Amino acid sequence: MKILVCITHVPDTTSKINFTDNNTKFDPTGVQFIIGPYDDYALARAIEIKEANAGTTVTVLNVGTADTEPTIRKALAIGADDAIRINAEPTDSFFVASQIAEHAKSAGGYDLILMGRESIDYNSGVVHGIVGEILGLPSISPVMKLDIEGTTAKLAREIEGGKEYVEVSLPFVAGCQEPIAEWKIPNMRGIMSARTKPLKVVEPKAVDSGVKLQKFELPPPKGAVKMISADNVAELVTLLKNEAKVL
Amino acid sequence: MSILVFVEIAEGQIKKTSLEAVAYAHAMGGPVTAIALGAADQSALTSLGKYGAQKVLHAADEKLNKEVIQAYASVLTKALQDEGADILVLASSSLGTPVAARVATKIGASLATNVTELPDTTAGFVVKRSIYTGKAFAKVTLSNTKKVIALKKNAAEAKEVGSDVAVTPYSVTLSDADFATKILSSEKATGEVLLPEANIVVSGGRGMKGAEHWGILEELAKTLHAATGCSKPVSDMGWRPHHEHVGQTGVKVAPQLYIAVGISGAIQHLAGVNSSKYIVVINKDADAPFFKAADYGIVGDAFDVVPKLTEALKAAK
Ligand SMILES: Cc1cc2nc3c(=O)[nH]c(=O)nc-3n(C[C@H](O)[C@H](O)[C@H](O)COP(=O)(O)OP(=O)(O)OC[C@H]3O[C@@H](n4cnc5c(N)ncnc54)[C@H](O)[C@@H]3O)c2cc1C
Repeated sequence: MKILVCITHVPDTTSKINFTDNNTKFDPTGVQFIIGPYDDYALARAIEIKEANAGTTVTVLNVGTADTEPTIRKALAIGADDAIRINAEPTDSFFVASQIAEHAKSAGGYDLILMGRESIDYNSGVVHGIVGEILGLPSISPVMKLDIEGTTAKLAREIEGGKEYVEVSLPFVAGCQEPIAEWKIPNMRGIMSARTKPLKVVEPKAVDSGVKLQKFELPPPKGAVKMISADNVAELVTLLKNEAKVL
Repeated sequence: MSILVFVEIAEGQIKKTSLEAVAYAHAMGGPVTAIALGAADQSALTSLGKYGAQKVLHAADEKLNKEVIQAYASVLTKALQDEGADILVLASSSLGTPVAARVATKIGASLATNVTELPDTTAGFVVKRSIYTGKAFAKVTLSNTKKVIALKKNAAEAKEVGSDVAVTPYSVTLSDADFATKILSSEKATGEVLLPEANIVVSGGRGMKGAEHWGILEELAKTLHAATGCSKPVSDMGWRPHHEHVGQTGVKVAPQLYIAVGISGAIQHLAGVNSSKYIVVINKDADAPFFKAADYGIVGDAFDVVPKLTEALKAAK
């Protein structure tokens, strides 16, 4: 089986978000970058499938500039066999999805294309759907469980208020989330071998998505908290009713 | 410029976020055609006129009772053509967002999800969307004639602006390829307020100490007609189902009121609640970081404060 896992290179979940250049650029000062947490679940499940099925290969793909290579090497250290970096700023979902689809078409033969349900920077949650549509494949997200039996997969998809169980034939595209697998931490041997695993850099295809960033904005700062004594919860009810007007 | 709005149905009724989508399209200037797929309550559909729909289409084919993303995308693409609509508006959700992705690709539309405000059309067509899990916003220009806009909760206020309209049946031709994914079964809580839709959320953390203690939170939630949520460790430990997990890696909520009980306020949890209008924090530790993000706080033991709060709310009714 051939599995493609698409990963994002995003600020660590504890990062404070700031912008520069008149609010048109993300400020990476002091920010640590990680594999997107949802992508990390997709990668972990791909490695589990590889371990259970001899002859399976896992390729990771990232659309990003050279800055993302440490993140890609981490995915190789976790157990992917090789990597592709599409050399471009991942400006927008349609652009990124088009690059992924282009790679999948030219490389050919992927049985599974996995990624996170959304990136944690732009949170669009649409890349798997666009890739599926371009390639004419089913796309399923957010996937909480993925089991492969021959050429068929059984999945659990989260829906509002519950989940649904889905069956689909390979190949398909899936956006993953927990508890599909446990995040994997690279070991020493993984880190050593990652250094020499192939990482191919490919130039992007020109794509116009019809979406252009104008400006970033930060939310207004939060006001001070009003503390209420535990012996006087009735006061909280009064405040919620008369001040916040939410009851 | 006609606008098509895809409305989602939950237990026969129109979801609140879908009513907001109709209101959004109406505020954009319409004319608005709403479309519902699968089984739906007819009186709920006619009432879409009140929120600003001039026309309501209903594709009642029973194959659409199962929410298959590709099939939904095909039907909506056809409806856009039939209605001569260039813009599709819908709610961002576990159904709406993936459907939006496929429709936008089929029709070559500019696509934006998690949109928080009406477009600014003074120079081009600019929408504001929530990014970095609620920690920031981006203003983006959608330059293609065709546009697909998926809204975040509260992007527009669902208010009555018109009167009931008749429902027009919409017949569809579905292909087998649209049903390549087969939905075998589903498990869905019924009669509960859905977490992403809720106006009030009561959420519990590890401080609740065990699944067996959720009764006091459920009682509080019932009194407030609220949905229940939880922190990640709570769903990881199986105290609560996964779809209640709020935060960076879970559901992002945007209620009027979020009540957090025994949750420390880790940055990953806050990422899922920072779109709430008001936040109440109940925690026995006065130094819990959540108080910094709260509007109202009570330092105290959940097992003491929560039942007292429920009583006070009942008394105030
Ligand atoms: C990549 C990543 C993603 C994550 N995503 C999420 C996410 O989406 N959502 C999420 O929630 N977390 C997420 N986390 C985990 C997060 O960092 C915290 O560990 C988690 O939110 C803590 O949950 P908690 O507040 O319930 O537990 P704790 O941090 O253990 O806090 C328990 C709180 O309960 C209080 N308490 C104890 N007993 C009582 C009592 N009797 N009465 C009142 N208060 C009491 C304590 O004072 C404490 O403040 C993520 C972490 C990572 C690394």
